[in-house]
Amino acid sequence: MLGANVGDRFFKWVLLAAAATVLALIALLGCELAQASAPAMRHFGWRFIHTSTWDPVHRIFGALPFIYGTLISSFLALLIATPISLGAALFLAELAPARVRDGLSFLIELLAAVPSVVYGLWGIFVLVPLLRPVEAWLGQRLGMVPLFQGAPYGIGMLAAGVILAIMVIPFITAVSREVLRAVPRSQREAAYALGSTRWEALRGPVLRYALPGILGAIMLGLGRALGETMAVTMVIGNRPEISASLFQPAATMASVLANEFAEATGDLYIASLIEIGLILFGLTIIINAVARLMIWRVAGAGPRGVQE
Amino acid sequence: MHTTRRLLWPVLLALVTAALLAGCAKRSQQEAPATPGALTLTGAGATFPYPLYSKWFAEYEKVAPTVRINYQSIGSGGGIQQLKAGTVDFGASDAPLSDEEMKAMPAPVVHIPTVAGAAVIACNLPGRAQRLRLTPEAIAGIYLGEIKRWRDARITASNPGVKLPDLAIAVTHRSDGSGTTYIFTHYLAAVSKTWADRVGAGKSVDWPVGIGGKGNEGVTGVVKQTPGAIGYVELAYAMQNKLAYAEVRNAAGKFIAPTVASTTAAAAAAVGAMKKDVRVSIVNASTPTAYPIAGFTYLLVYREQKDRAKGEAIAKFLLWAVHDGQKYAPPLLYAPLPLGVVALDEAAIRSLTHGAKPLIAEGR
Repeated sequence: MLGANVGDRFFKWVLLAAAATVLALIALLGCELAQASAPAMRHFGWRFIHTSTWDPVHRIFGALPFIYGTLISSFLALLIATPISLGAALFLAELAPARVRDGLSFLIELLAAVPSVVYGLWGIFVLVPLLRPVEAWLGQRLGMVPLFQGAPYGIGMLAAGVILAIMVIPFITAVSREVLRAVPRSQREAAYALGSTRWEALRGPVLRYALPGILGAIMLGLGRALGETMAVTMVIGNRPEISASLFQPAATMASVLANEFAEATGDLYIASLIEIGLILFGLTIIINAVARLMIWRVAGAGPRGVQE
Repeated sequence: MHTTRRLLWPVLLALVTAALLAGCAKRSQQEAPATPGALTLTGAGATFPYPLYSKWFAEYEKVAPTVRINYQSIGSGGGIQQLKAGTVDFGASDAPLSDEEMKAMPAPVVHIPTVAGAAVIACNLPGRAQRLRLTPEAIAGIYLGEIKRWRDARITASNPGVKLPDLAIAVTHRSDGSGTTYIFTHYLAAVSKTWADRVGAGKSVDWPVGIGGKGNEGVTGVVKQTPGAIGYVELAYAMQNKLAYAEVRNAAGKFIAPTVASTTAAAAAAVGAMKKDVRVSIVNASTPTAYPIAGFTYLLVYREQKDRAKGEAIAKFLLWAVHDGQKYAPPLLYAPLPLGVVALDEAAIRSLTHGAKPLIAEGR
């Protein structure tokens, strides 16, 4: 007859094995990427990270334009998405009547279910023609700023940033809304008791209480934006070039992998592409680790309670 | 009740394990061929000829019912890698192997050109009714970034009487590695020394200017959306989608429209050079009817086949493909091989051996 003790230990080992499997998968992934990119690492060394040329014919490969493109497009997306998402989350958590709240939440979450390729197609046929006059106007009025110089073709970094923002909004909104709803009523009631208005109560105790969770939500959005491939590759212009202007085409690490891996021939070419994959992998881990550290520091300073 | 609860998990686990084992047993049964003597060949590689190859495999099954051919269109690079690793019986590539790549293969590889394709120059010039005519110098200048506007003298010179819009040229190219880029960049390298020195030719290159679109669809999308845009797309794609294209001046000085016939003519002009090396590029051919931006796609097989039965099946299929299979090409908008190239292919197929004996006996 099985004793409760044996059952418990068995259960613990099974769960430990499950957790260890996840860690092992990540470690295995990192090792495989490192192994496969070894020829490129040996050939280029650290030059790979700060070279701007990507020339498959002359076999000169450098990841800098892709790293730049990935970081800028993701941060641009966060810049656009964060105010909108937080506003939507605050509205859904605090201000919306019940019927509106449920319907609107559902619609926002539906945005997350749309496949990336569909966003890309929508981007080419709807967003880019819309952006062209916007870019033309920005170029005319604010043309002295390097950010808004160049021909307004529509396709470029700005289009990629906008599409990524739209793709990232449902994630940040959903998590932020849950975090805001988890703020105990006592916080709000205490604020009202002290005579604050609705807005002051939201801005003060509630938001500060929920801040670690909201930061976590933003980091989740950043993680999505860093890895997004198909939608970006259709509207970013795929030009491995670093430019200060938002109107110029650019390229991201995920987009160059999606574009060139299938037809790549030659050991150095393939190894260079895999090294870009390794860099993306490493970048994602580093950014998530930094985000986690930030949240721990904030959560340590602020009131405890919400664990996301 | 207590006993049933405790027994629940072990019983469930046993059932799941039994189901998995049963599934494995069933799968290994299904792997055995249904008819004795049936042979399965596997191939992988280029996506460009995939529609035609699918048609060939289906039709060949009617001719030789004991042979089944599986093909994975994972891209030329993947096809070459799988051939190198020995996981497929034949590979398919839009670009031939370079000398370096041939040396890296474990055994000598034979190239069999199967069909030809072309790169069509598509333009978006609002308000223009007639067909645009472009010279090689104009195309090279545009793609090098030296010609920036449509009203440049180098373009208007070959289009007298046509009112070109005063727009900047929005250059578009393929962002993904592709056989069409291979053909187009070979053409540019052949007609422009600056291009050959600075950029070179290949399935992916470091473009001096331009926006990259993913796939033929991506380039077409950008060209259609952007007034003043120019791009290059695969012939079959351009014809199916009725894109507005430009006539290109060939080496004989005539402005030729891209068609199946003019592409085959380009292939025919290269037969002499192909006798020395079948991998030679067929761009900028000098016959008057040839379209200058054309190229082959190849099937790759090892000269020495390890398995006699499979080797014979591959050789027979290839022989069928370069003869009877060619009639399926024009309806699918691929350019069939000219007779000269068919003869070269036949010689190459007859050179395939198993244990130093040819796979196909003379006269068969």
